[in-house]
Amino acid sequence: MIALGQFLEVLIGGLMSGVLYSLVALGYVLIFKASGVFNFAQGAMVLLAGLALVRSLDLVVANGLPLWVAIVLGIGFAAVIMAIAAWLIERFVIGPLVNQDALTLFMSTIGVTFVLEGAAEMIFGSDVYPLRLFPTDAWFVFEGLFPGGILINKLDVWGALIASTLVAGLAIFFQWTRIGRALRAVADDHLAAQSVGIPISWIWFVVWLVAGLVALVAATVWGTKLGVQFSITFLALKALPVLIIGGLTSIPGAIAGGLIVGAGEKISEVFLGPSIGGGIEYWFAYVLALAVLLVRPQGLFGERIIERI
Amino acid sequence: MLYRETGQFKTTYTEDMAILPIRQDRIALGILLGIAFIGVPLLATFHIRPFGSDYLLWAILLPFLVLALAAIGTNLLVGYCGQISLGSGAFMAIGAYSAYKLGTGVHIPLAWLGFAISMPPLPVLASILLGGLAAAGVGILFGIPSLRIKGLYLAVATLAAQFFFDWVFLRVPWFTNYAPSGSVNAPELNFFGMVVRTPVERYLLCLTFVTVIAVLAKNLVRGNLGRQWMAIRDMDIAAELIGIRPLYAKLTAFAVSSFIIGVAGALWAFVYLGSWEPLAFSIDRSLELLFMVIIGGLGSIMGSFVGAAFILIVPIMLNLIPTELGVPLSTETITHLEFIIFGSLICYLLIKEPHGFARLISIGKEKLRLWPFPY
Repeated sequence: MIALGQFLEVLIGGLMSGVLYSLVALGYVLIFKASGVFNFAQGAMVLLAGLALVRSLDLVVANGLPLWVAIVLGIGFAAVIMAIAAWLIERFVIGPLVNQDALTLFMSTIGVTFVLEGAAEMIFGSDVYPLRLFPTDAWFVFEGLFPGGILINKLDVWGALIASTLVAGLAIFFQWTRIGRALRAVADDHLAAQSVGIPISWIWFVVWLVAGLVALVAATVWGTKLGVQFSITFLALKALPVLIIGGLTSIPGAIAGGLIVGAGEKISEVFLGPSIGGGIEYWFAYVLALAVLLVRPQGLFGERIIERI
Repeated sequence: MLYRETGQFKTTYTEDMAILPIRQDRIALGILLGIAFIGVPLLATFHIRPFGSDYLLWAILLPFLVLALAAIGTNLLVGYCGQISLGSGAFMAIGAYSAYKLGTGVHIPLAWLGFAISMPPLPVLASILLGGLAAAGVGILFGIPSLRIKGLYLAVATLAAQFFFDWVFLRVPWFTNYAPSGSVNAPELNFFGMVVRTPVERYLLCLTFVTVIAVLAKNLVRGNLGRQWMAIRDMDIAAELIGIRPLYAKLTAFAVSSFIIGVAGALWAFVYLGSWEPLAFSIDRSLELLFMVIIGGLGSIMGSFVGAAFILIVPIMLNLIPTELGVPLSTETITHLEFIIFGSLICYLLIKEPHGFARLISIGKEKLRLWPFPY
């Protein structure tokens, strides 16, 4: 008999880590919606943002400035770096490749991944850098209800808070601002958007910038959890099934997909894993995505794909 | 002037349908095969430069041949049938491990039934080919989703195969014959009494496999099946309307492609690596194969070779150049530089020639035909 307390603990832990996947998946959705590019480089962008942040933070703190100054400067610096990266990518890779088929664009983002990873590690170093922005200790709640209570990581709560703020912010940005509307127009139809006077390369720069900033947010949370290091890029790969489950074009889908994957893999790892050898976290998300695709090819929240000849 | 088909009249349909209709192409291919089958082994046997040491054979030619084979397999699926796959590495692994199990004797203990299924070790050739067949079977299984999803969705779905099999070969000790380290050794390469040991023999073995399979693949894509695949690639709904069964066309593409990739995986493990770990077939391998196919040219058998050579040789060059020039760089910096240059090169190639080297070659041929009077 599985104790209810343990189950809840695993479930909450899973949901919270799912939020982190969602953070990365959001970046993919933004770019895919606006330019139809499936951006493999999102993981590398998280790495770049994280490294830029943590290294500048360390530098400022080492010079004896107070922590809040360091945080402001560090985040500002990382944001500038992401802006530069976004401009370079739009100017030199995505712009010239406009109107190529999706596979070519996808492969070019893999090329971008190599460049970003190499550059990030060359400029900022390739060790594991601990990042301490959020508290990482744990809470115990419901101690009266269950023996020993339920363990909740404070970082996870922070992550959830940040993710919901981010989603709310993005929703407002997309719905109410001038640029947001232009973005949605470009997403609907490049040609039509261009013909009503929306500068497409500027819009794409903005999209990559926003994706870069989302990567920065993801990097702060991931970096606090694991330290900023190269393996972050592999974790970002896990955002792919999240994306597929939620639907490539849906921001709520990215969140829901993240929660489903996070909870699903933790629960299956804890309760199913021991009987078949453990480590199923490694592939669970992908196989789940495969199963979802067989039932709903467009993902849970994706727009229905209509094909014409 | 030299490369022109003027005066070569074709009087039968067979001549007209030949793989290489131009005489110069046939001569060039003949010379190339002659060099590959006779020249290189001779030079290597007598250690004549550039084959002074075994480095060129071991580090470049052998992996090139095997990866070119895998790239042909990937190209059949991605380039000819249009089904993006990020799981090629997994199919290589399936080929390698199935061949390993078959080559060392399969033993399946069925404790709850009270008996065990045992098979004696199979000959190497049989186990390599059966390893390919096993990969084909799994390929069909993972090809089923392609009937409902396509494009990048399918790419992510094939990632499931990649990660699942990474895990299987790492965590299920049965596949590695309960080796404590997870690393396994290939059985002796005994082909009908001939034991393949030296680099030259290994090279010839791989070359034979590659040549035979490349010719078969080339003929396959010229025939009925290949045309069905291309129709599906160009527009699947339209293909369905003119009477092509997507189920049959897509699943055969998955099967044939996985078979070739599986054979390549078995060769990679048995002939090139000798002893290997599951890491040898990770997601990086899948991406590498996809790169070879795209850089080489989607839908081109020859492009697979060029792409494989490019992807394999560029990193080696990038590694060598700083040492040759005597630039004092730490190995770490070199690795990072290699990443950056490789990535930018890929982006550059994709921008300049999205159809890969195959297109460049055909443009070059056209220029050559008109040379020296391009009117």
